[in-house]
Amino acid sequence: MPVTLTLPAVLSKLADGSREIASAGQTVGEVINDIARRYPRLSPRLKDEQGAPYPFITIYLNDEDIRLKGGFAAAVRDGDELTVVPAIAGG
Amino acid sequence: MTRPREPLVTGELPALEQAEILRYSRHLILPEFGLEGQRRLKAASVLLVGAGGLGSPLGLYLAAAGVGRLGLVDFDAVDFTNLQRQVIHGTRDVGRSKLASARDRIADLNPHVAIEGYETRFTARNALEIARDYDLIVDGTDNFPTRYLVNDTCVLLGKPNVYGSIFRFEGQASVLATPDGPCYRCLFREPPPAGLVPSCAEGGVLGVLPGLIGMIQATEAIKLLTGIGETLVGRLLLVDALSMKFRTLKLARDPLCPACGTRELRELIDYEQFCGIGEPAEDHANGVGELTPIELAARMEAGDDFDLIDVREPNEWEIAHLEGARLVPMGTLDQVLTSLNRAREVVLYCRSGARSGKAAARLYAAGFQRVWNLTGGILRWSDDVDPSVPKY
Repeated sequence: MPVTLTLPAVLSKLADGSREIASAGQTVGEVINDIARRYPRLSPRLKDEQGAPYPFITIYLNDEDIRLKGGFAAAVRDGDELTVVPAIAGG
Repeated sequence: MTRPREPLVTGELPALEQAEILRYSRHLILPEFGLEGQRRLKAASVLLVGAGGLGSPLGLYLAAAGVGRLGLVDFDAVDFTNLQRQVIHGTRDVGRSKLASARDRIADLNPHVAIEGYETRFTARNALEIARDYDLIVDGTDNFPTRYLVNDTCVLLGKPNVYGSIFRFEGQASVLATPDGPCYRCLFREPPPAGLVPSCAEGGVLGVLPGLIGMIQATEAIKLLTGIGETLVGRLLLVDALSMKFRTLKLARDPLCPACGTRELRELIDYEQFCGIGEPAEDHANGVGELTPIELAARMEAGDDFDLIDVREPNEWEIAHLEGARLVPMGTLDQVLTSLNRAREVVLYCRSGARSGKAAARLYAAGFQRVWNLTGGILRWSDDVDPSVPKY
């Protein structure tokens, strides 16, 4: 069973309209890199030029912030779910 | 797991008048709420920052529920584009200040509520002074600088920040800056670079969405004030209106958070600068000129030779566009750059001039020598040149 990354609607257009992307890897970073390779337009929204996470986009591994689990180095297992939560400001 | 907490409102509680007992009867017969909960609400004070999309349902429901004192901060005037979602204002209020309009509506809805209006921008200069007198703050703002300002104000004053924000079809809500919980900076340490995330005015928002999220904020405010239920402290609620999925994720306090963790943030800062906003005059220095709609119309009339580029989205183009323009949405600009002639003069426009200003700077950086931004965009074109072009 692969790892699934869920995107907010606003970013899905950079991934050919996909809201959920299946991927695989040992760590969150490997999954992010694989998806970034497959969707080059999405890539700059998932990681910065140095390949690190942004401070204004929070990525969750299942229901926990990856920053509390080692960031991109956090280990993932089959069936895990990653969720991308960008900062939004509308009101 | 969030446990029930002490009510924010404690101490001597005011009695209810007979008219209030009748008005709030459906609350009073709720065993978990009862007379005591209602008296707590009557003793409570809530500051609502923003009387817009989120602020509208918040103001209406918090007033209807019987919050004793409501503070409203807003400096804006009601316009027609607000009415699709800002249900506290009516058609006859267009042109009035949002504060006056909201005040009238709330006074009609519940005369037992005291309203305090602050017709001003919420800024680092006045935030602490305004917020000091309230039990909690509800964030109904529409931009990053004010969101960080609301958060830091709450952390410094030790008051809960009932957070909600929306974009297009999605929303977020939480309860932040409580003594035991995370704050907005724990969730997003820094704002995105200016211009990366469009505002609702640029990106659109489904009209019912601020209703959904504002209701969640109102619910959380009432729970905090009265001490009932489990609040969103330590949890982030994500709402997706398109799939109608609600998810809660864990939100932990960041020990390195400069506001609530290390506490190195001891006073309010310059939030415009923090969010990378506030150097608008730079465009000229960058070689991008501003062209008013009247000047552009004159150049079109004279048959001048230039490329006219519309950087909005296709659905906006469908509403109205200028004759002779080519549609190049912002997201496709980089791909299309190669097909444009750098030697030619280029005029860019969007709805208000904000997006096209950024696009113009990118064109200039890419080597275009003669780049103009249409000042005020299609909105001002409608005002100054052709009123038959609809504003939106």
